[in-house]
Amino acid sequence: MKTRVNLNINGESRDLLVPVHKTLLEVLREDLGLIGTKHGCELGECGTCTVLIDGAPTLSCLALPADHEGPVITTVEGLACAGELHPLQRAFAELGAAQCGYCTPGILLTARALLADEPQPPRQRIREALAGNLCRCTGYTKILDAVELAALRMAQAGGRT
Amino acid sequence: MSDKGQFTVVGQPLPKIDAWAKVTGETRYADDLVLPRMAHGKLLRSSHAHARIRGIDTTRARALPGVYAVITGADLPRVKFGILPVSQDEEALCTEKVRMVGDAVAAVAAVDEATAEAACRLIAVDYEALPALMSIQESLAHPDVRIHEYGDGPNVHKNVALQFGDVEQAFTASHLVREDVFFFEGNTHLPMEQHAAVAHFGPDGKLTLWSSTQTPHYVHRLLPRILDLPGAHIRVIAAPVGGGFGGKLDPFAHEIAACKLSQLTGRPVKIACTREEVFYIHRGRHPVLMWMRTGFTKDGDITGCHLRTWLDGGAYGSYGVASTFYTGVINPVTYKIPVYKFEGARVFTNKPPCGPKRGHGTPQPRFALECQLDKAAEQLGLDPADLRKRILQPPFTKTANHLTVTTIGLGECIDKVVEASGWQDKRARFAVATVTPKPLWRQRKRKGIGLAGSAYMTGAGTAIYWNSMPHSGVIIRADRSGGVSILCGATDIGQGSDSILAYLPAEVLGIEPKDVHVHPADTSLTPVDLGSYSSRVTLMCGVAAIQAATRLRAAIGRAVAAKLQVAPGQIAFRERKVGVPDDWDRAVPFAQAVELGEAMHGVLAFPGSYAPPRRAGKYKGGGVGPSPCYSYSACVVELTVDEDTGWIELDDVWIAHDVGRALNPLLVEGQVEGSVYMGIGEALMEGQVFRKGLHKHPSLLEYKSPTTLETPPIHTFLVETDDPEGPFGAKEAGQGPLLPVIPAIANAVYHAIGVRMDQVPITPDMVLRGLELKRQGKPARIGPGTLPLFTFKEPLAVESAFGQPADAIAVRPFADPTA
Repeated sequence: MKTRVNLNINGESRDLLVPVHKTLLEVLREDLGLIGTKHGCELGECGTCTVLIDGAPTLSCLALPADHEGPVITTVEGLACAGELHPLQRAFAELGAAQCGYCTPGILLTARALLADEPQPPRQRIREALAGNLCRCTGYTKILDAVELAALRMAQAGGRT
Repeated sequence: MSDKGQFTVVGQPLPKIDAWAKVTGETRYADDLVLPRMAHGKLLRSSHAHARIRGIDTTRARALPGVYAVITGADLPRVKFGILPVSQDEEALCTEKVRMVGDAVAAVAAVDEATAEAACRLIAVDYEALPALMSIQESLAHPDVRIHEYGDGPNVHKNVALQFGDVEQAFTASHLVREDVFFFEGNTHLPMEQHAAVAHFGPDGKLTLWSSTQTPHYVHRLLPRILDLPGAHIRVIAAPVGGGFGGKLDPFAHEIAACKLSQLTGRPVKIACTREEVFYIHRGRHPVLMWMRTGFTKDGDITGCHLRTWLDGGAYGSYGVASTFYTGVINPVTYKIPVYKFEGARVFTNKPPCGPKRGHGTPQPRFALECQLDKAAEQLGLDPADLRKRILQPPFTKTANHLTVTTIGLGECIDKVVEASGWQDKRARFAVATVTPKPLWRQRKRKGIGLAGSAYMTGAGTAIYWNSMPHSGVIIRADRSGGVSILCGATDIGQGSDSILAYLPAEVLGIEPKDVHVHPADTSLTPVDLGSYSSRVTLMCGVAAIQAATRLRAAIGRAVAAKLQVAPGQIAFRERKVGVPDDWDRAVPFAQAVELGEAMHGVLAFPGSYAPPRRAGKYKGGGVGPSPCYSYSACVVELTVDEDTGWIELDDVWIAHDVGRALNPLLVEGQVEGSVYMGIGEALMEGQVFRKGLHKHPSLLEYKSPTTLETPPIHTFLVETDDPEGPFGAKEAGQGPLLPVIPAIANAVYHAIGVRMDQVPITPDMVLRGLELKRQGKPARIGPGTLPLFTFKEPLAVESAFGQPADAIAVRPFADPTA
């Protein structure tokens, strides 16, 4: 059975006809071509598929599109603004926080939610916020460094999130 | 590179060239590829650990609407394959027997994944269950139940025995002889990306395969035989790999099935593995049981070492013959071991096959040796750091087993971590700290600090199939725009090899890395590079890239010299210009210099080739272990053990790594930190364990791996030894730094609570059991007790080469004497 849904994704309104059981992750990747959202387990265990729904980190592999009509959905493709990278993206690239890059979209979005909530988080707070996002490459060190650098730059620039 | 020999690109903390795509979600991994008319495939996998296949009925699956094709092993040529020529024991789809849960028996292509999955459920396989052998002991105890018909004995895949000098005599003359037994549990790579492949068999009869693979060349080499197609009509393209760690180094059933299904349906076919499948198809860390006997003088010098290893190989050969050798042959490159004996056996079991994971076969014996050194130091009354520094292998000498050590920065690595960690002070302070009686609701915690050293290869000295061709090839082409293209078959698995391939030519040509376009590995376009394994890529591709760029530079230099009417030797390349340093105003922009070069020489395209120096020991088995050079690491771990819960919390890790030269310190640090992290997982939580033939926890939730909360601050120090074998002196960084972390943790746990952990992962229940043994006054040790009943073959006796001077340094095939 298919259902009609309207999703507000990265500032665009999209009408879709999707099977009722199809997850937001699958709809993003397969119906909307937003392949920046990755899958690591499709069981809600690794954080790889994280997107923001009204600013809150949400595991898209456990979310159904019909439950999220209306709120603003942000994927990694919606992080850069008018061709300008988000400070988190810039810091992740500059500090080598993305190695294979597969977990990166989910971590960027989780970090963005944290910084929106707490613009200058201490390192331990960043650790806690990212504890649900697995990364096998970096040992997390450069990721934590990059979130701190982005927070600093955003504070200097007047708190753009 | 300026004329003064100073670097402009090398040594800079530059972003990776693919970093921008990765932070914006633009990188297209294999599962992100979508082609018109693409079908989706699925594999039916065995639910039996060991069974004979009596028949497979696919009638109902074929009848399901939306199904395009269903295949079994009968649809493929009846040939077995395997990554190593000596272990051709795999079938993409099993025909007679399944040897593990997860073996593929049939494959479906359908309109979507759900239909393919539904069709798989309609396939009826008639199995006759056979006894499942789930451990080394079980497999050796049941020679009547044969998992394979080949090998060095019933259920014994490989039996190796090498002896370099008389160890027994050495032990007789020793002040202390230690004998210890260790066990290293198997674990898995757990890349965040699940394996995926897209195959397209075109109407022209040519096949293209995009795959998340670390070895496109080996896949390309094996497919013709597996599919019965000419290799010239097969093209393998490596998609960006979302984490490898050795898990994407074999040809896999899903790749082969996708190719065959595409051929049958005339559609592109994608097969993306689920997370559960990745746990089963892994070729991860071998569980290894080890017995180690080492003799010492009273001053701590090693007199000789005898090591026995038993590897739980799982159901297939994979890289297992190499893995078996690696459990024995690399240990000698760190410390002076005058005589050495190694016996190893890899045993087949009905579990997923093990193979290469970060450190390939070497973290297990390294754990054994470094823990044993810690015990010996205590018995001899020596500081563990001092003991190691005393016995370092001298640079530019050979080991007992004929490996050539070039530069060795291990001593400096030890100094760095000892100093930065406050080793001496903490060593003394933590040891005397007594637990004062506390009320029950207060935690009882003890701190400890431990140290270990290690070494790893910078590229295997021999290819997996015998040949005299380059191990790595690069073609460089200069464009009239001033852009430079690099074609190389290396695969970037996140370690940054594409970036290295941009930095080095940029350095040689005085241009920016952004001016260099690095093409991904594509067997129809890029020269062969053997693959991203054995920490070979930076060194081998790097040297080849420098050679190609140097040839291009010479050609352009001659043309610019003619134009400026100066001698070619006066020409320098820097700041995107080519000219004479003393007359830089007349220097020609690089793009114009390329045009001058093309006008003089024709198309500007030059090859670079690399093959390692031929230094293999002249004995059977001497080909495993030699490497152009070895990287070295030292690690200190400080931790806290909760005596009530057994929980181990890592406080800090100090790691120093001899990388030869850091071509990009940012990337080297990233590799070191990632290695430390992975070592922590292996030391404290990760285990690929089975129950009744099934993986106990094939999920990311239950297979525990460290999160941000379990990963402590990692303090990294890079040591540069400028090795004559490496590109601008560089060695590897991607694997070696994992090795010392595991024994350093075990040694720190002993320092904290006085319990020897001769087994990893060290879990809280092991800590509690160890403390209980200590309270009862029993030997405070957790580890294996008994050894398998197994007779190793008569060792091949070879004279020890210990202490002989190194020869043939930086002498290798294809090196251009004029470059």
